[in-house]
Amino acid sequence: MKYESQKVALYYIAGALGLFVAQILFGLVIGTIVVVPNFLSELLPFNIARMIHTNALIVWLLMGFFGSAYYLIPEEAETELYSPKLAIIQFWLFLFGAAAAVVGYLFHIHEGREFLEQPLWIKLVIVVVALMFLFNVSMTVLKGRKTAITNVLLLGLWGIAVFFLFSLYNPSNLILDKVFWWWVVHLWVEGVWELVMASILAFLMIKLTGIDREVVEKWLYVIIGLALFSGILGTGHHYYWIGLPAYWQWIGSVFSTLEVAPFFAMVVFTFMMVWKGGRSHANKAALLWSLGCSVFAFFGAGVWGFLHTLAPVNYITHGTQVTAAHGHLAFYGAYVMINIAMFTYAMPNLLKREPYNQILNMWGFWITSSGVTFMTFALTFAGVVQSHLQRVLGMGFMEVQEQLGLFYWMRLGAGVVTFVGVVLIVWSLVVPGRAKAAARAAIQPAE
Amino acid sequence: MNEQADDWGILSQLPGNPLMWVLILSEMLVFGALFVAFAVMRLLHPAMFLAGQASLDVALGGLNTLVLVTSGYLAARAVQVRTVAGSRASLPWLGGAMTLGACFLAIKASEYADKAAHGLGIETNGFYTLFYLMTGFHALHVVMGIIVLGIVGWKNSVENLETGAAFWHMVDLIWLILFPLVYLLR
Repeated sequence: MKYESQKVALYYIAGALGLFVAQILFGLVIGTIVVVPNFLSELLPFNIARMIHTNALIVWLLMGFFGSAYYLIPEEAETELYSPKLAIIQFWLFLFGAAAAVVGYLFHIHEGREFLEQPLWIKLVIVVVALMFLFNVSMTVLKGRKTAITNVLLLGLWGIAVFFLFSLYNPSNLILDKVFWWWVVHLWVEGVWELVMASILAFLMIKLTGIDREVVEKWLYVIIGLALFSGILGTGHHYYWIGLPAYWQWIGSVFSTLEVAPFFAMVVFTFMMVWKGGRSHANKAALLWSLGCSVFAFFGAGVWGFLHTLAPVNYITHGTQVTAAHGHLAFYGAYVMINIAMFTYAMPNLLKREPYNQILNMWGFWITSSGVTFMTFALTFAGVVQSHLQRVLGMGFMEVQEQLGLFYWMRLGAGVVTFVGVVLIVWSLVVPGRAKAAARAAIQPAE
Repeated sequence: MNEQADDWGILSQLPGNPLMWVLILSEMLVFGALFVAFAVMRLLHPAMFLAGQASLDVALGGLNTLVLVTSGYLAARAVQVRTVAGSRASLPWLGGAMTLGACFLAIKASEYADKAAHGLGIETNGFYTLFYLMTGFHALHVVMGIIVLGIVGWKNSVENLETGAAFWHMVDLIWLILFPLVYLLR
């Protein structure tokens, strides 16, 4: 850490980690409701708990992006943040908006549009938060050094804000509703978020492997070029069955198949950089998360996405547990892991600790990754069985659900394992490693 | 450091900006996938595709092939002239390439207008969906190509010209596969 104002990232990382735990807890609740239907039925209906599970995920990932940007941008731009005070106000406003949304959900106040359930006034608060953030980071870059990494990161972050505006437009025509809904949902995670991910990954590669900036920048341009080339028209894979013309089946199938390419490029990129870089950075855990991120994103977003993206396949699998499998592994691999990679890199620097509790952190990596992987397989098998029974044999929905019970129990078990891993990750990031710190103090020469 | 920065692997050996070649390869993948799709659909629905192909105007398609290939030649000449005679000398050649590109679009438009007049649209059947998608995407690239040629004519370095010409040749090449596959092959 070179600039004092980078410390505002701590607020965001702390907030993100808190919401991360909440997200997983609510995941456990809905995983339990699926197998024990009356669990908390009076207090917390499934739809409400699911809203909190998904909203908490999105909010903490965004909070993580904000924190990552506040850490990364001063260092890249080689100048203090434009206004640390504004960043802190922005944090509290964002947290207030998120908390208000959750409290509202508990009292069944929501707009009902999946993932965009926040009442209008909270959406407007989010817009204000985004404007404060963009003003702050853009002004910082404008007065400092402009690098490919800051350019791509800003492009991604501005894109997030611009596409969020489509959440404010809710046409009564159900087809148009879905068309623009995807402009938020798809163009975020399969568009501009990939720019944020790639730029953070590029930053981490420079820091952790010592590879030349020029080399990283070339990769960054290729990756984001592929991401936008495939991702924008890849939106078509959501337009198959919502009432739009059938040619979207071709456009969606062809372009979304290519969405594997940027993720594959990220795998090659990270491994090449580590192989060629030659620097052995002390923070091994951050490197593990960075490599894990590209690999899990490739499988979760790339391979599991391709699995059901071709229109004739999606005709059978649409809206089954195959989608849930893809959703879990993709979010974990791409966006959870890039955030944790950045937190793992930044926290020791922010808190002026040596890379600490690395072993515990790496245990967190393996346990969480195992949990999510097992969950993905359980849901994939559930989805295949469901597709066959429901769509091929034509059995009724609830009849099929009864057949999937075993998979849902396995998913819940995997969720518990994931939760254990998450606790380890959070613990390793927040709590100083006492034994290690003491040991290091002992071997340090007196000065 | 710079040596490493300029090293794009095999892409470094190609003329023009290496990122253009990343785009060209991506485009090839997309059109390649559409060509395979067309061939597979043709196998699955031979009667529909024969009838569809019979409705296409082979003469106009052939004329467009000549127009585009000639345009590609002019773009290549523009690069050649630029390297020996300077930036001004390349402009007429580029202008010619762009004009022929516009001719291609005009001919394409008359073809579409004729189809539309016969009530043949993108949703008529599987053949016309692919016909309009493939030729439409290609025509869109002709539009983009004309813009790219305009930009490199304005920022007239040898590297830029090579980059623009590479894109233009890709548009050319795709048509050279698309035309026989969609119009001629029975």
